[in-house]
Amino acid sequence: MTSKPSLATPSRTAEDAPRLRIGEWIIENLIRLAGLSTIVIIGLIFLFLLREGGPAFLDIPLRQLFGTRWYPIEGIYGLAPLLVGSLLVTVGAVIIAVPLGLITAIYLGEIAPPWQREILKPLIEMLAGIPSIVLGFLGWVALAPLIQNAGAATGLTAFTGAVILAYMSLPTIISISEDALYAVPKEYRDGALAIGATQWQTIWRVVLPAARSGIVIAVMLGIGRAIGETMAVMMVTGNAANIPAFGSGMIFEPVRTMTATIAAEMGEVAQGSLHYNTLFGIGIVLFVITFAINSLAGRIVGTRGARRSGGKL
Amino acid sequence: MNRQQTNRLAIGVITGLAILVVIPIALVILFVFYNGIGTINWEFITAAPRNGMREGGIWPALLGTIFLTFGTAIISFPLAIGAAIYLSEYAADNRMTRMVRLAIVNLAGIPSIVYGLFGLGAFVLFMQFGTSILAGSLTLGILTLPVVISTAEEAISSVPQQFRTVSLSLGATRWQTIRYQVLPHALPGILTGVILGLGRAAGETAPILFTVAAFYLPNLPRSVFDQTMALPYHLYVISTQVPGMPLSVQYGTALVLLLIVLSLTLAATFVRTSMRRRREW
Repeated sequence: MTSKPSLATPSRTAEDAPRLRIGEWIIENLIRLAGLSTIVIIGLIFLFLLREGGPAFLDIPLRQLFGTRWYPIEGIYGLAPLLVGSLLVTVGAVIIAVPLGLITAIYLGEIAPPWQREILKPLIEMLAGIPSIVLGFLGWVALAPLIQNAGAATGLTAFTGAVILAYMSLPTIISISEDALYAVPKEYRDGALAIGATQWQTIWRVVLPAARSGIVIAVMLGIGRAIGETMAVMMVTGNAANIPAFGSGMIFEPVRTMTATIAAEMGEVAQGSLHYNTLFGIGIVLFVITFAINSLAGRIVGTRGARRSGGKL
Repeated sequence: MNRQQTNRLAIGVITGLAILVVIPIALVILFVFYNGIGTINWEFITAAPRNGMREGGIWPALLGTIFLTFGTAIISFPLAIGAAIYLSEYAADNRMTRMVRLAIVNLAGIPSIVYGLFGLGAFVLFMQFGTSILAGSLTLGILTLPVVISTAEEAISSVPQQFRTVSLSLGATRWQTIRYQVLPHALPGILTGVILGLGRAAGETAPILFTVAAFYLPNLPRSVFDQTMALPYHLYVISTQVPGMPLSVQYGTALVLLLIVLSLTLAATFVRTSMRRRREW
């Protein structure tokens, strides 16, 4: 935060002083408006979602809304299959991405020599830049056939989606956990190594526990990233709005996520119909979930306050 | 197993897994390149699709993405720079500022499809812009705000405090100080943010689904109130919606999109590194 010195009126020639001040007054207020606009925008997003999606929660009986059947053609809007679809894909992605992301962050932050870091970090930034539609396309033409050949009934399954999503959330998890590791003071490591701990013991017993809250944030934001992903998931999960039979095989069944439902069906609904309202209603659910995740992550950052000054967020 | 061996094993496993994570990234890019490069020629870039999009080129979609990217820049740039200046130069450490920061963090976390819904509800229907380049640019512009704001704020905050103190002590006003001392030094960092934001906007599909993107258009758009084809949506259409689509055209389209987005990412990285090298403080 910048400290603001109190400003004395600058001495200027009499003619240009008022004009300058009016000009500056306008500019400074425009800047303030730009800052406040972020709050206004997020408020507007929620308002417009409510305006279009609110009726869904009023018009559909709650028992149906949480029911297990999503058949818009028959006017049945049960969100459970979509919630389960999103949950399966997201949990699968997190199980794959969190350990791999954390390990990569540990390698980058604690083990890799500088020249490797110079190569690897831009590569990971590039992964973050690959459009989701391109990864979805690759999942569709390359990964899905592989999974089908491995013995699944179809290649378009929750698992396929989880793999692609895991890949897409890796950059988030890696960069935020690396920030967290970086913020652990060097003295901690020196102290551990000086009393004879090996590098692994230092990482496992000292650095990781010290970076704990940052790693929790990384996982949370990774989840937020995964649950909101649309195009790639829509292309590779098979889009079947059924709840797969509970069991270890359920991850290899086709599912349909909340995001994919919005994307796939919005083009075909009549504006103002209950189906249309319900798709916006799903948007409200997504908004609330991600808002909760991000606010919570923001709060964790806040409580740690000044100790972490170098990291992003 | 003693602790030295455990150490060696653990470090070895970490190294191996980290390499396993990173190699596929390079492979993915090379894979698209290898399969798509044969399709790309002058006609593919500059011709309109023919024969149910199975032949011809991608020009209308490419042009649409260029229009949308420019539109995004026009919407997002002034607002984001303003917000970044506000946060680093004007905002007091109070409740309001914390709310602004919370809003930015949350804007960054909102799923892109929800931005699409917002664009549909607010711009297409409520403001009656229709499915149009204007509605799409507004939606993408808002989507890119958080990236541009946080990068630009970091750049502005990293200008040393002495620059401001000296300028103010010479009688410059606060705005003159920002305009002539702070912004010029922060410019490369701000540019990095803008380019990153544009890279994001160029590759997004979900926000343009209901706000601007057209399945197929025989004519190029003539005004900002027209629909347009766009490259990411075009890739979605030709890979899932058109039967009998040759794979080569799909890979070619994917490669063009990938090249656009990656060159923007690389440009941002380049601006940032050259800025670090040149910095004199």
